[in-house]
Amino acid sequence: MPAVSKGDGMRGLAVFISDIRNCKSKEAEIKRINKELANIRSKFKGDKALDGYSKKKYVCKLLFIFLLGHDIDFGHMEAVNLLSSNKYTEKQIGYLFISVLVNSNSELIRLINNAIKNDLSSRNPTFMCLALHCIANVGSREMAEAFASEIPRILVAGDTMDSVKQSAALCLLRLYKTSPDLVLMGEWTSRVVHLLNDQHMGVVTAAISLITCLSQKNPDEFKTCVSLAVSRLSRIVSSASTDLQDYTYYFVPAPWLSCKLLRLLQCYPPPEDGAVKGRLVECLETILNKAQEPPKSKKVQHSNAKNAILFEAISLIIHYDSEPNLLVRACNQLGQFLQHRETNLRYLALESMCTLASSEFSHEAVKTHIETVINALKTERDVSVRQRAADLLYAMCDRSNAKQIVAEMLSYLETADYSIREEMVLKVAILAEKYAVDYSWYVDTILNLIRIAGDYVSEEVWYRVIQIVINRDDVQGYAAKTVFEALQAPACHENMVKVGGYILGEFGNLIAGDPRSSPLVQFNLLHSKFHLCSVPTRALLLSAYIKFINLFPETKATIQEVLRCDSQIRNSDVELQQRAVEYLKLSSIASTDVLATVLEEMPPFPERESSILAKLKKKKGPGAVSVPELDDKREGGELNGGAPPISSTPSPSADLLGIRSAAPIGATPTSTGSLLVDVFSEAGPAAPSAAVNDDGFLSSAPPSEDPDTLLSEADELLNKFVCKNNGVLFENQLLQIGIKSEYRQNLGRMYLFYGNKTSVQFASFTTTVSCPGELQSHILSTKPVEPLVEGGAQIQQVLNIECLTDFSEAPLLNIKFRYGGALQNLSLKLPVTINKFFQPTEMTSHDFFQRWKQLSQPQQEAQKIFKANHGMDTEVLKAKLLGLGTALLDDVDPNPENYVCAGVIQTKGQQVGCLLRLEPNGQAQMYRLTLRCSKDSVSMRLCELLAQQF
Amino acid sequence: MCIRFLLLFSRQGKLRLQKWFTAISEREKKKIIRDMTTMVLARQPRTCNFLHWKDLKIIYKRYASLYFCLAIENQENELIALEVIHRYVELLDKYFGNVCELDIIFNFEKAYFILDEFLIGGEIQETSKQIVNRAIEASDMLQETMEEYMSKPAF
Repeated sequence: MPAVSKGDGMRGLAVFISDIRNCKSKEAEIKRINKELANIRSKFKGDKALDGYSKKKYVCKLLFIFLLGHDIDFGHMEAVNLLSSNKYTEKQIGYLFISVLVNSNSELIRLINNAIKNDLSSRNPTFMCLALHCIANVGSREMAEAFASEIPRILVAGDTMDSVKQSAALCLLRLYKTSPDLVLMGEWTSRVVHLLNDQHMGVVTAAISLITCLSQKNPDEFKTCVSLAVSRLSRIVSSASTDLQDYTYYFVPAPWLSCKLLRLLQCYPPPEDGAVKGRLVECLETILNKAQEPPKSKKVQHSNAKNAILFEAISLIIHYDSEPNLLVRACNQLGQFLQHRETNLRYLALESMCTLASSEFSHEAVKTHIETVINALKTERDVSVRQRAADLLYAMCDRSNAKQIVAEMLSYLETADYSIREEMVLKVAILAEKYAVDYSWYVDTILNLIRIAGDYVSEEVWYRVIQIVINRDDVQGYAAKTVFEALQAPACHENMVKVGGYILGEFGNLIAGDPRSSPLVQFNLLHSKFHLCSVPTRALLLSAYIKFINLFPETKATIQEVLRCDSQIRNSDVELQQRAVEYLKLSSIASTDVLATVLEEMPPFPERESSILAKLKKKKGPGAVSVPELDDKREGGELNGGAPPISSTPSPSADLLGIRSAAPIGATPTSTGSLLVDVFSEAGPAAPSAAVNDDGFLSSAPPSEDPDTLLSEADELLNKFVCKNNGVLFENQLLQIGIKSEYRQNLGRMYLFYGNKTSVQFASFTTTVSCPGELQSHILSTKPVEPLVEGGAQIQQVLNIECLTDFSEAPLLNIKFRYGGALQNLSLKLPVTINKFFQPTEMTSHDFFQRWKQLSQPQQEAQKIFKANHGMDTEVLKAKLLGLGTALLDDVDPNPENYVCAGVIQTKGQQVGCLLRLEPNGQAQMYRLTLRCSKDSVSMRLCELLAQQF
Repeated sequence: MCIRFLLLFSRQGKLRLQKWFTAISEREKKKIIRDMTTMVLARQPRTCNFLHWKDLKIIYKRYASLYFCLAIENQENELIALEVIHRYVELLDKYFGNVCELDIIFNFEKAYFILDEFLIGGEIQETSKQIVNRAIEASDMLQETMEEYMSKPAF
C-alpha cells in the first residue's frame, strides 16, 4: 500500500494502480486489466446490492482503466446512480466519471440531467458547484436545452454564494459557446456587466470571461462594460503590490484579471468619453513604465506575470492603432525584448512586432530593428523563434527593404529547418511578387528559389512565375535568357526544367539571335534534361518541342526525329505517347499558317488572386496573411486624399500579387514577334526595356498628387496606346481598367473592363466620358455601368465613338466610386488618338512621291528629329508602324533603311491623306520623322504622337 | 483564457492527466496526445516554451519528470498561460506537499478535482491559491468525516 494516497483513500484502487505499474509488459497489463474488468462486471451484475463505497471504488477503477487508454463499455449506469447519492464523495466520483466519459446515450443524459437538476435546486453550494462543473465539462446540447435558462438566474440571484456565481458564469459561457441560440439575452445581461464591480476578485475573474465572449457577439448590448473595465483596471494597476492579498501573484497585482480586462477592451474601439479614455491611456502608460522598473523578484513567475500584462497592453495599443506615442513606445519596448536573454521574451517580441508592423504609426519603427531580426533568423537556436523571425521579416517587408529581406530569406532557406521550408518558399515568392520593382529581379528570385529549395517549390509558385512572364511582355526576353543560363547547370531541379521548358517554348525566339543560344542549342539543352524527368515534366517538354517547331522551322527535322523515335512514339505512358504521336502528325501535316495559329503564343492569363497567397492562407489560416492585407489598407489610405497616381503599368506601387496585379484583360499579346534580346549582353535587367511595350517599369514616377505630374503621366499613358488597341489602361491597389478597342472608318468601339481588385464591394460606381475643348471626336453612346462592383468582380462598359473631325485632345474618363466609405475619384485620358481612324493605303513608289510632292506647302509638313528612346530593331519598328494603322510601303524609299507609310484618316466630315517617312540613323541613335498630310493640324498632331513612339 | 486542453505526461511519454475543454472524439484525442508528446518531448532544452500547432498555441513546461502542456486559442496570451500551469502546479504542491508524479498517478481523481476548482470550461474560475485550497480541504473534510469508509475492505 503506497503512502502517497491521501484523503479518504480507496485502498482497493491504490492496490490496483500499483499492480498495473508493476506489470512488466503490455500483455501483463492487459491481462491484469481484463481480470479487473471481469471482477467489476460481476460485482455490478451480482445479486447483492453494492454499497455506495464499493460502487464508488469500482467506478473509479473503471475511470482509471479508461484513462490508461482502454475502452469502457459498462459502468455508466452505476456512475449515474452515484450522482443521486447524498454522500459528497460518491457524488463527486460520479460526476467525474460522467465528465470524462460522457456518452451520447440519450437515456443516460436524461438521468444525468435529472440528477443535475436536483443538485442545482439543493441550495447546497458544494453540490451546486459539482453540478455546474459537470455541465461545463460536458457542455452538450441536451444540457444546454435543459439548463440554459436556469443558470443565468443562479448567476445573478442576490443570495447566490460567490463560489457558485463563479462556476455559474463559466458554465454559462461554455453553454453559450456550444449553443449560442439557446442562451437568450435578457434582464440578466445588464446585471452580469455589473459583476465587473463585484467586491470578490474571483467573481470578477470568472465573470469577465463570460462578458468578453458575450461582448464579442453583441457589442452594443454590453458596451457599458468599457468604462467599468477601465476603472477596474485602473484600480488594479495603481494598487500597491500587497493591496490585493492573495490575488497578487509574485508581487504582480491580479495579473490574470488585468490581462482579461485588457482583452475585454479589445472588443471595442477606444472609449469615446474623454475622461474614460484619459484614464485608460494613463493605465497603459503606467504598464509601459513598470516594464522599465527593476524587477521586484528574481523569480521567472514575477517577470512572466508582469510581461503578460505588458504584452496584453501592447495588443490593446495595436488594436486601437490611434495613439502614435504609445505605439512607438510599445515598439521600443519590444525592441528591448528582441535582445533579452529569455528566449520566451524574444519569441513573443518577434510575434508581437508582427502586428505592430501593420500599423502605419509603428511600421517605420519596427523596420529599424531589421538587423536584429535578421540576426535572430541566423543565430537563434530554437526553430520556433527562427520561425517568428521569418514571420516578422515578412510582415515588416515593404518596397524599401524588399531586396534585403528577400535576399536574407533566400540565404536562410539554404539551411532552414525542413519543417518551415515550404512556408518560407511561399513567403519569398509572395514578397518577390508583391514588391518587385523590376520584374527581372522577380524572375531571378524565383529561379533562385527553385535552385535553393526546388523540392519545396510547389506548383503554385512555378505556375505563378510563368503567368507573370506571359502577362508581361517586358520581362519575357530576360526570362528566356535567365532560364537558358540556369538550365546550363549540370544538375538542375526538375521544377527548373519545367519553367525552362515552358518559357523557352514560348519565348525562346527572343534569345535565338545569339548563336550561343540558337534554336538548336536551346533544344539540345532542354532535351538533355528530358530523360531525367518525371512523366508530367516530359509531357511539358514535348509541348515545348512542338512550340519550337513553330518558332524555329529549322529545328523541325531534329525535333521530328526525336518525336519519331520509339521511346516517344511507343512510350508506355499513354499521355506521352499521345503527345508524341499528335505533335509529330501536326508538324508534318499542318501548314505553317495552321501551325502558327495552333501554337500561337499563350494569351495572357486572366487575373485572379495569386495562387500562392491562396496557398499560404490555406496553410496558415486566414489570420496568417492578414499582415500584407493590412498593408494595403494603409496604402489605400493615402489614396483617399486625391486622385490616385496615374502611371503606366506596373507602377512601383502596383505589385504583382494577383489581387492587385496588372494584366491585360482580354488583351491579345502584343507583337513581340521576333524581338531579339542578346542573351549574353551585359545589359542584364535593362534588356527587357528594349521590348515593344515601354511600360515605365523602371522609370515611372513615384505616387504623386501633383496635378502636373498626373497630366504628363496621363500623356505617357496615351502614348502607350498609340500603336496598340488593347491592354491595361490603369491600375492601382483598388481598381484595374483594361481596354479593348476596334476601329473601322470613322467609327470605333471601345470596351472598358473595370476590375475590382479588392474583396470589398465598390458602391456608387459611376463613369463619365467627356471631350474637352472642341468637340472633336464624338462619344456617341455610353451605357451607364452598374453602380455596384462586387469584390473581385469585373464589369464591362462599351463606348461607341465617332470621329467628327480631326482632333488633338483625348476624351477624358472620370470614375467615381466608394470604397470602404471613402470616395474615390479619378480621371484618365482615354487612348483615342487621331491615328485610330487611319485606313491604310497601298501605293507604288511612283504614286507615293507624286503625292509627297503635292503636299509641299510648308504647313502641310511636320518634321521632328529626335533621339531613339528604345532599341532600333527593325521588326519592332515595323510592328509599331503597322500598329499605327497605316500601310507600310516596301520598296518605295530609295534608302532601304527608311520606312514610309501611307494612310487616310477618316473623319465624318472629310478624309485626310497622310504620308509618313521615318529615317533612322543607327550610329547616332537618332530618327528623323516627316509627315505630310492634306490637313496641317493633322500633320502636327501625328508628328507629336509618333515622336514618342520610337 | 480559452484553454482547449491540458495534458500531463512523463518524460517517457506516459500520459498522466488529460483534460479536454471542448468536445473531441476519442480518436481525435488519441491523435492529439500522440502529436503533443512527440512534439514536446523532441524539444531541445532551454528553448522557448511556446509552439504553434494547427490553429492553436501550445504552452508547455517541465516540472521534474512531468511535462505540463496547455493548448490555448491563437489570440491568447502565452505568458499568462505559462503561469496558469505554474499556479496549477502550486495548487497540487500545496495539497500533496512536495508533489511528485506518483501523487498524480495514485490520486488522479484529486488532481481532477483541484483542476475543476481552478479552471472551468477552459477559463480561470479562481486564481487565489488560498480560496482553491480551502475548497479542496472542505471537500476532504466532507470525506473524512465518513468514518464508515475507513472500515471497508480493500476489495
